[in-house]
Amino acid sequence: MATSKEISIGDAGARASELEGDLQGETMMLNVGPSHPTTHGVLRLKMELDGDVVKRCEPVLGYLHRGDEKIAESMTYNQFIPYTDRLDYIAPLSNNVAYALAVEKLANLEVPERCQAIRLLCCELARISSHLLGVGVYGMDAGAWTVFMYTFTEREKLYTLFEELTGARFTTSYTRIGGVARDIPDGWLGRVLEFCKGVLPVLDQVDKLLTRNRIFMDRTVGIGMISKADALAYGLTGPNLRACGVDLDLRKDKPYLGYENYDFEVPIGTNGDCYDRYLMRAEEIRQSVGIIRQCIGKFPEGSYYTEDAKKIFAPQKAKVLTSMEELIQNFMIVTEGPQIPKGEVYFEAENPKGALGFFIHSKGGGVPYRMKIRGPSFCNLSILDKLIPGHFLTDITVILGSLDFVMGECDR
Amino acid sequence: MTTSDLALLKERFETLTERESSDHVAINCASSQLIELCTVLRDDFGYDMLVDVTAVDWDAQSPRFTGIYHFLSTTKHEYLRVAVDCTDDINPALPSLTGLYAAANWHERETYDLMGIRYQGHPDLTRILMWDAYPYHPLRKDFPLAGIEVPLPADDVAEITGMSVKPAPMVGGPFVSSADGPMSQTEPRARDESWNEKKIKPCGK
Amino acid sequence: MQNTTIAYDSKVEGEVIVTQADAVINWIRKHSVWPMPMGLACCAIELMAAGGARFDISRFGMEVMRFSPRQADCMIVAGTVTYKMAEVVRRIYDQMAEPKWVVAMGACASTGGMYRSYATLQGVDQIIPVDVYISGCPPRPEALLDAMIKLQDKIGAEHSVKNLFPEKADSKDVAEVTNKS
Repeated sequence: MATSKEISIGDAGARASELEGDLQGETMMLNVGPSHPTTHGVLRLKMELDGDVVKRCEPVLGYLHRGDEKIAESMTYNQFIPYTDRLDYIAPLSNNVAYALAVEKLANLEVPERCQAIRLLCCELARISSHLLGVGVYGMDAGAWTVFMYTFTEREKLYTLFEELTGARFTTSYTRIGGVARDIPDGWLGRVLEFCKGVLPVLDQVDKLLTRNRIFMDRTVGIGMISKADALAYGLTGPNLRACGVDLDLRKDKPYLGYENYDFEVPIGTNGDCYDRYLMRAEEIRQSVGIIRQCIGKFPEGSYYTEDAKKIFAPQKAKVLTSMEELIQNFMIVTEGPQIPKGEVYFEAENPKGALGFFIHSKGGGVPYRMKIRGPSFCNLSILDKLIPGHFLTDITVILGSLDFVMGECDR
Repeated sequence: MTTSDLALLKERFETLTERESSDHVAINCASSQLIELCTVLRDDFGYDMLVDVTAVDWDAQSPRFTGIYHFLSTTKHEYLRVAVDCTDDINPALPSLTGLYAAANWHERETYDLMGIRYQGHPDLTRILMWDAYPYHPLRKDFPLAGIEVPLPADDVAEITGMSVKPAPMVGGPFVSSADGPMSQTEPRARDESWNEKKIKPCGK
Repeated sequence: MQNTTIAYDSKVEGEVIVTQADAVINWIRKHSVWPMPMGLACCAIELMAAGGARFDISRFGMEVMRFSPRQADCMIVAGTVTYKMAEVVRRIYDQMAEPKWVVAMGACASTGGMYRSYATLQGVDQIIPVDVYISGCPPRPEALLDAMIKLQDKIGAEHSVKNLFPEKADSKDVAEVTNKS
């Protein structure tokens, strides 16, 4: 009769350290990326392997460094909006909103309530879009292709909504300094609610496929554990930070866009491992659906731009072609840019990937003197050279997928 | 940061002055007292996260470079900006905060890469966004946006393709239109009309 | 359109059609182009969407996206190519086996796009020969599919039999061959 034997896998890190003295032969240098399906963009990992265990890992960035900050110094504030789209190119609307809020803070401009509600809707839809992709691609990295197909179909519905609102599927460039580009079309809010109704069953299906899946749990529970102290020290933000147990969500702690008027919960994790990070994102989609429903329920009337920002927001086209003052105003704003007063500002918004920050130093005029973009993925990735050593090579894909970074905002 | 906290800090560090800012409290600090100030901020005042390290190049002024740090207190939900002038204009240097905050590591590498500020005490101050052999610091005001010609980072690729890092063309695009003549001839057309969909471009590489 | 490549000779017994070798080879090649997605930036997301259920690149036989250059036919450069990444793109292009084609997807891959800066390669055609350029920032998946159809037409017009042998119309190779002979 066959007897059963219990095998304990134990802690990969502990085993790596106890094997240290027993190194037989040489370590192997392995290069993962920059062109690799699981590196989510162009990230390169220079790794030193002892058998299957990673001993050292050095991430190399900069393969997508396009010079955004230098470009910003020669573009007007409105001209820079398409560049902000391409920072976190998975949720471009939230980058647009974060940038517009930063510049408006510098100009001390408060946009009307309808504009704030539109921007909030955009941010939350972008959050759903980003987390759907995060969960989908994470499932694909761990081997679950079906999850990727389901979430991508839902994202296509979101793309249709964005296209109706802004004109582009993604890379929307929708906000302007002082408002948004156009008002929401008729019936759009109804279609958003229909989408919300449709995304929750898909999320339930993804839940059934992944959350209690034996293989998925074996691959993610206990892998890539980040401690609370480490997370704070390395500057992690967003779901990665909250998975470690730190209660920091800029929507609740430093509210903007009227987030304080909505009732939502912020999921906080316990272990800080890959499984927790997956659960964070799945739960945040549900919370975002709740926020969207509340927002649409009390959607304010009014204007979608600040009416009295004469030197900042371009006037209505009908007036431009008939009235002299508006013509001059439009000309000045288009050629010289929105006139933003002197000063320094740093504004962070809670983007789906983390806290996207803009530091703008303005010397007056329409062009910033210095703009620094604090990309959340840059800070999230800095923990890699401490996190990965001690794990197996096959855990790399799972860890990278769980951190959900995008190289556009990492390298800028 | 409350006014009483700020007053306490100013008592302890005599070089601290308030800095003009459109939003958060901002202070100027001397580079000699930076590490001490950041230790006090982290341990006594609860600024446990370093969210951003950057620098500004003032171009014709002296001091030319100012390092800007942003701290966040996760308990008090307050930001703080600390600005530190670099004493040397030609070879700017600042003390490194990697001993206090691990986040400073990559941020300081990026500031070194793009602005050229050396951080003393940094464990591995190498370029992070540009390749290691790149000779310039691109974000400085005297560096043009288009770039300066340097050889490609990989020698073998440079040899096969005959390419180098060329300055980007700042004006003009692939289409041109002439200024005079009838409308049908002033329509934008490709600058290089030797190839199109029917007549394939001869590939040389 | 008149079909000039296939002929049927009723005097030959059996189900035989006569055609040009070029036509057969090109027909086989163009209906199973396996792309190698060099997904660098935002265009990669539209590439993934083209592979998804709504736009379905699988209809054209191209859903087999092989990330290994040795097993792929067509490199779709999707996204901004920086100078740091240029050497990687070129090396991967060199590793692809003949016949190979390149599609420059998006404005950044075609001409550098809106990133006129010190770090961006102004068009991937500076380092590798490009067959089809797609404009758009990012191009819609339909545009990508249109480009793949144009690539199929281009493959259909190639002189494949002549190119089967090493002395083919590549100027560098031509120089080598003439030097040898």
